[in-house]
Amino acid sequence: MVEKPPDPAEAEQPAARPRRWGVILVWALLLGLLAVLGLGLVRTQQGPVGIGATVPDFSLTTFAGETVDIRDLRGQVVVVNFWASWCKPCEQEAAELEQAYQLYKDQGVAFLGVDYVDTDREAMAYLEKFGITYPNGPDLGTRISQAFRIRGVPETYLIGPDGRLVVIKIGPYQSLDEIVRQIETARAAGSAGG
Amino acid sequence: MRRGLLTMMGVGLLALAVASVAAAQQEVPTDDQVNAIAKQLYCPVCENVPLDVCPTQACQQWRDTIREKLGAGWTEAQIQQYFVDQYGARVLATPPATGLNWLVYLLPPLAFAGGAYLLLRAVRAWRSPGTASAPPVSPAASDDLYVEQLERELRERT
Amino acid sequence: MIAQVGYFILLLSFGLALYGAAAAGYGGWRGRPALVESGRRAMLLTFPMLTAASLVLIYLLVSGSFQVEYVASVTSRSMPNYLKVTALWGGQAGSLLFWSWLMAAFATAASARRWDRDRELLPWVILVTMGTLAFFLSLVVFFENPFLRLWQTAGGQQVTALFQPRGTAPLVPFDGNGLNPLLRHPGMIIHPPMLYLGFVAFVIPFAFAIAALVTRRSDDRWIRITRRWTLFAWLFLSLGLILGMRWAYDVLGWGGYWGWDPVEVAALLPWLVGTPFLHSVIVQEKRGMLKQWNMVLIILTYSSVILATFLTRSGVFSSVHAFAQSAIGPMFFAFIGLTFAASLGLLISRWDGLRSENRLDSMFSREALFLLQNLIFMGIYIVCLWGILFPLISELFTGQKVTVGPPFYERATGPLWGMLLLLMGVAPLSVYGRASWQRLGTALWKPAAASLLVLAALLMGGMRNPAALLAGWLGGLVLAVTVYEFWRGARARHQRHGENFFVALGRLAARNRRRYGGYIIHIGVVLMAIGIIGIEIFQTETQGQLAVGEQLTLGRYVVTYDGLTQFDDPNERDRNVARAVVSVYRDGRPLGELYPRRDFYYAAQQSMTIPGVRSSLEDDLYVLLVDWEQIAQQGATFKIYHNPLVNYVWLGGLVFIFGTLVAAWPEREPGRERRRAPTRAAVVEA
Repeated sequence: MVEKPPDPAEAEQPAARPRRWGVILVWALLLGLLAVLGLGLVRTQQGPVGIGATVPDFSLTTFAGETVDIRDLRGQVVVVNFWASWCKPCEQEAAELEQAYQLYKDQGVAFLGVDYVDTDREAMAYLEKFGITYPNGPDLGTRISQAFRIRGVPETYLIGPDGRLVVIKIGPYQSLDEIVRQIETARAAGSAGG
Repeated sequence: MRRGLLTMMGVGLLALAVASVAAAQQEVPTDDQVNAIAKQLYCPVCENVPLDVCPTQACQQWRDTIREKLGAGWTEAQIQQYFVDQYGARVLATPPATGLNWLVYLLPPLAFAGGAYLLLRAVRAWRSPGTASAPPVSPAASDDLYVEQLERELRERT
Repeated sequence: MIAQVGYFILLLSFGLALYGAAAAGYGGWRGRPALVESGRRAMLLTFPMLTAASLVLIYLLVSGSFQVEYVASVTSRSMPNYLKVTALWGGQAGSLLFWSWLMAAFATAASARRWDRDRELLPWVILVTMGTLAFFLSLVVFFENPFLRLWQTAGGQQVTALFQPRGTAPLVPFDGNGLNPLLRHPGMIIHPPMLYLGFVAFVIPFAFAIAALVTRRSDDRWIRITRRWTLFAWLFLSLGLILGMRWAYDVLGWGGYWGWDPVEVAALLPWLVGTPFLHSVIVQEKRGMLKQWNMVLIILTYSSVILATFLTRSGVFSSVHAFAQSAIGPMFFAFIGLTFAASLGLLISRWDGLRSENRLDSMFSREALFLLQNLIFMGIYIVCLWGILFPLISELFTGQKVTVGPPFYERATGPLWGMLLLLMGVAPLSVYGRASWQRLGTALWKPAAASLLVLAALLMGGMRNPAALLAGWLGGLVLAVTVYEFWRGARARHQRHGENFFVALGRLAARNRRRYGGYIIHIGVVLMAIGIIGIEIFQTETQGQLAVGEQLTLGRYVVTYDGLTQFDDPNERDRNVARAVVSVYRDGRPLGELYPRRDFYYAAQQSMTIPGVRSSLEDDLYVLLVDWEQIAQQGATFKIYHNPLVNYVWLGGLVFIFGTLVAAWPEREPGRERRRAPTRAAVVEA
């Protein structure tokens, strides 16, 4: 409950003024505690960034040493895929994601791979194994994943041309079709929205 | 590795490169050396479990990274810093003492001091001005007192 | 069908609890005994009702009714029956039902007493217990219903509902998911119910405290009525914590038993306020002091129970202990806000009525030392509360996650635990009321001198670690003081009544069970402290990859790798076992084989590292199988911990529990005892 309850001090001493301050302090502490718990709860209940919300700005330093800023990709559909080399389910969708990238790379769809809590050597080996060519980089300081509030990997976020989130995919894609469908949804949302 | 060096860029870069070349000839670090560092780190994949005992693949890779860096001649502090840069401050067992994190270290002693102060005041208020402390007692008398009190307490129980 | 019956019973119990709380509260407020009595009867009904509901769920679990979602999620065909029964508390919904059942049982037991003297407390006790029960039942009834069944829509989607939704067919999975393998351990089977017992039992003293506040009774009746409840609650809370530690040591495979995981710390919180409460109520009984403070403590204890339950179940923390995220968070949050604010408001409004009847005569009196002990416990409490809250705060304000791990807790609470040991050594020799430092010193010098012998022995034994020396000395002091207390009490009786020394000792303890039981608990704490010091300061470890026949050395121990087999468990198909055989030598002498293993559960896709442990009073050799070569099985990596003195933790735990039992053991009615005792003593002497 309260972190510092009134010690017997106020109790036994009839001085009114410190008493009142003690009471105020105790209530303030209680409210503070409730606020922290409440906000923490809201945060856990919230889940990932909501559909329709503007995606937080971030920049990704790729394994090749380039920096990609999400703001520079406005006007395109952006597919942000969170993965890791230690993640078995990620391997299911890796090849399909690359195929989708090949299909769409000249049609105003950007792909970004964000490597979550991973080690560089294994990550590079993974990229090589699945022949992935779109920009990939580590999630330095787990900042990007925290901004998206991901729960695990793989998760994929499709951002419309206006910078709003259109589709969230939790877990691996089962087929290339599924990716294509979602990208089309994102493009449609973009053209409809403006 | 490549980006690891990038993050470490600056003054230490050249020295480091030299050191890693020199260390490359050294023998491979032992598991114990790796664990000594891993023990103090926490991997986000298995929260609240120290890195040295976390069985997941991700943590296995982290330990391999530590081994690699140790082999390259990095110090413990450098490796810790590398992990903080890569994965954020949450990898450390306690928050680094910067910014808001100061609170984590300041509040408990402050609260304790506050509590001690309140207790002291309460005790002062409780002790009436007229109360004399108990008269000094000789050892023999105190034993008698003890016996008497014990008996009284046993009689008065509950 | 039967699942619907179970749900219906739950719904009725919820209604009864609500009615009981409302009727008793209103009746108490308006002074209508008939209404209160009606509320009491409703309360008495909740227990058989919830027993029936629990039995229904147990029947579903044991009979393998996988059409029920809860059954399918926590049991599987391969589980033995006793595990299926314990699956009652293996998941969120079932454990909430179990919680409610305990609450109803305790409320019934607490109200089974004769009420003649304290009739005015009754309505408020009912209000608090039934209010709490109604809240937990509302979670079960509305959010986490264990009786929901599985259905399948035409489109193949799986839905859960109590009654068959339109356009769906019943879905009966062939097998369930099974209990989380980590929970399939004897320690884990008993650990949660023990903790729940402790948690729920603390509601009873709280209910009486609130009743005393509402009725403005400032005497210590509420404390006397609930004294045994408090001890009972504390016993099970301690037992639950110790079993949890044992479970972690045996199953989690990280060489220790306490990882300062947020959920562990949360479960420790009620203990950290319950313990000073246990001590400071004695001051109120003896001296009529600390009334306000005791109210603060019991309210804090109840709040910590609710907070700990909330933190474990709402998904605010991710942790090995956390239940899956669920919808009960907001409900729980509202309940927390309501109860915390209501009890605080009530306490503040009654504050002045709870003045102390006595003055504090001396800084060296027992009551002053108890106050100091309270302060230190509150210090530890704040450290722990802050440690679990800070990551939430940091994430809210900076968006950055941080870890507050063992080093924080160890450094912050270590000195405080040491101070508690010191107090444990000094306080038993102090007296109530008019004490003086001379008198305390006179009593203290003999055991203090004896404890210096311990220190000298440690120094001569070659120990140089200052923390260990200090802890050893303090532990020695507590032991010496405790033994001295027994001895001088027995001697006093021996001299006064001429009783045989041992008769005197036994009678002494029997006549003041709480005090001497408490001393036994102190001995248990010292033993645990020895174990904790052993593992915290002197634990050593090594790790290495071995080929068959190779060896790993740690201190005086040598471990050789003899071989490894990997197989599917014939009894439990779901489990694949990799079992290594290692031989242990100490100083060159063979000590036998150990079998560290790694169990992999196919269904849960989860593995468990089970250590091979060689235990002795002196130390544990704790061998973990970290990794092995899948194909040749020639090479394997082992991690070895040497945990000196760790078994004193468990030994101390046993002594601790024994002491609590001594303290809580029912005594004869005090009135009769007092009158009769001298006569009987006279007969014996004659």
